[in-house]
Amino acid sequence: MAQTMLEVDNLATGYGAVQALKGVSLHVDKGEIVTLIGANGAGKSTLLMSICGEPRARAGRVLLDGEDITARPTHEIMRGGVAQSPEGRRIFPRMSVLENLVMGAQAAGQDPATQLPRVYDLFPRLKERQAQRGGTLSGGEQQMLAIGRALMSRPRLLLLDEPSLGLAPLISRQIFAAIRALNESEGLTVLLVEQNANQALRLAHRGYVLVTGRITMSGSGAELLARPEIRDAYLGGSH
Amino acid sequence: MTPSGLAARVRSALVDAGKAALVAFGLFILMVGLRTDVAPAGELFLRTRWAEVGMLCALVFGLRLATALWVRPRLSEGNTQRSAALLSQAGLMFGPALLAVALILPFVPGIGRYELDLGILVLTYIMLGWGLNIVVGLAGLLDLGYVAFYAVGAYSYALLAQFFGLSFWICLPLAGILAAFWGVLLGFPVLRLRGDYLAIVTLAFGEIIRIVLLNWVELTGGPNGISGIPRPTFFGLPFSMGGGPGSFAHFFGIEPSPSHRVIFLYYLILGLALLTNWVAVRIRRQPIGRAWEALREDEVACRALGIDITNTKLTAFALGAMFAGFAGAFFATRQAFISPESFTFIESAIILAIVVLGGLGSQVGIAVAAIVMIGGFELFRDLDEYRMLVFGGAMVAIMVLRPRGLVGSRAPSVVLGGRKRIDASLVGEGRG
Repeated sequence: MAQTMLEVDNLATGYGAVQALKGVSLHVDKGEIVTLIGANGAGKSTLLMSICGEPRARAGRVLLDGEDITARPTHEIMRGGVAQSPEGRRIFPRMSVLENLVMGAQAAGQDPATQLPRVYDLFPRLKERQAQRGGTLSGGEQQMLAIGRALMSRPRLLLLDEPSLGLAPLISRQIFAAIRALNESEGLTVLLVEQNANQALRLAHRGYVLVTGRITMSGSGAELLARPEIRDAYLGGSH
Repeated sequence: MTPSGLAARVRSALVDAGKAALVAFGLFILMVGLRTDVAPAGELFLRTRWAEVGMLCALVFGLRLATALWVRPRLSEGNTQRSAALLSQAGLMFGPALLAVALILPFVPGIGRYELDLGILVLTYIMLGWGLNIVVGLAGLLDLGYVAFYAVGAYSYALLAQFFGLSFWICLPLAGILAAFWGVLLGFPVLRLRGDYLAIVTLAFGEIIRIVLLNWVELTGGPNGISGIPRPTFFGLPFSMGGGPGSFAHFFGIEPSPSHRVIFLYYLILGLALLTNWVAVRIRRQPIGRAWEALREDEVACRALGIDITNTKLTAFALGAMFAGFAGAFFATRQAFISPESFTFIESAIILAIVVLGGLGSQVGIAVAAIVMIGGFELFRDLDEYRMLVFGGAMVAIMVLRPRGLVGSRAPSVVLGGRKRIDASLVGEGRG
């Protein structure tokens, strides 16, 4: 039995009167890539954010390596081995690529000098562009930077929010290949949120389907891909 | 350019200038054209000034046409990029040159008491600009009530000296600490606010402090202010005219002169300003400084990276406020008299204008902007009421020609190998 890295137990949260998550339970084992697919507004990003403590859980628990982190301040969660590449990338546009990466290591107390080579090995493009301003990078490079910045904190668990958003298919395949390489070489645990269900389910060991704040299906990536209702709802039938 | 292209450009420029003149006409017809005056018999009558309205509209038309035909095409031809690169190059030598001039200024022949007083004023604003730059330029928190901390510093020194007889050198750090404390106090309620909302609350904070000072008559003297604030001493040696035993002149065996104190004040504020600069430049390369800049760029990303937003914002407010507190204590000892009138909103606006005109985040740019704004304002003293016009025109001109401020480039705080400046054209324009 694999060791559980992240356990989300009946998590409910929302914004004001809007209930975004209505009791979500899932788990991610150590060394696993788990993907969460769902339509716009299903609560995918909210779930990732809520794992990090923003918005706070109204009910339920989040456990990291068996430790309850539900009530912990966000910055402590992020320093304690969780890293997120947020939706829309959110790199620092006026700071250089190198500064962006250093910011990733800084708060988590990692030495940038030891983490940089790892990230540059994974994304050699970032090394070429390290003196360039973040905002001048292409969309794909910005996504590499966002993931690289998250990796600089040497996380146990990497949360990725729509890494393929707005990218050309070729570029998003490169990004997915990098995620797979990370998982295989370092055994990094990844929880991935995607709209691009086809690619995400091919990459992931397991997947969950989130519909309006509830998990409706789960299974291995291949299993979910084979399900007719998934094909109809998320793969547009044509893939 | 083809003749037809030129004709089209002239035509569109004419149309544009015509529209601007029309707007100006609509505004000036009431503001300038009609005026109520009191007739000799005591009744009000309406005086019309159509000639002035016509002149103003013609002026607007002409200037707008000139901008459309000459200034804007030049801007689009990449001239700004070249001039920005040139300026940032010159900036590397310009800063030390400026510092050298500042250091020898009191001994330059022809520099009298008036010029030194002006120098002290300019340096005070440079210091305030550098202090505010920490909050606005680095951390990106738009603070419209900065003058409140200046007031806290000034009143801290004045009251501590008045009630407890503490000397300037003891009060200076206390004033800074008290101002920093108020900075944290302001920081707490505005932690969740950004941009316009933050600006409104800080604006209100500045006014609250001023109104409290105005109305708490028993402590602050209200509108009468506090007078007889002790002058600074040269580490215990007073600058007395009599030159008696124990005075500055007696100790050093020189002729007593009123200019000693002015020169001392000049070097004091120069030292304080340089301290502000040193701290700001050093801290920018520290983790906290980088966190401020990251916070300015994207708050959500900062949270995702595990940066403690609360501490980061509060330290920015506290540090910025501390330097305003130092400057306030200096202001009090220099003037020997303070009243709430010295701490109105216009002061906050001037300091913010210096920071924005100088280029958010640029130390040299802020110094130049303070010299231009405060010094220039004095230079045009002979123009009487028209100097506001000149002043406003100059600000508009700077913002049209250099929308990112005088020095809009940003040097990365972390580099491997050679240092490379980030060109002004790549830096986003100031956001609230």
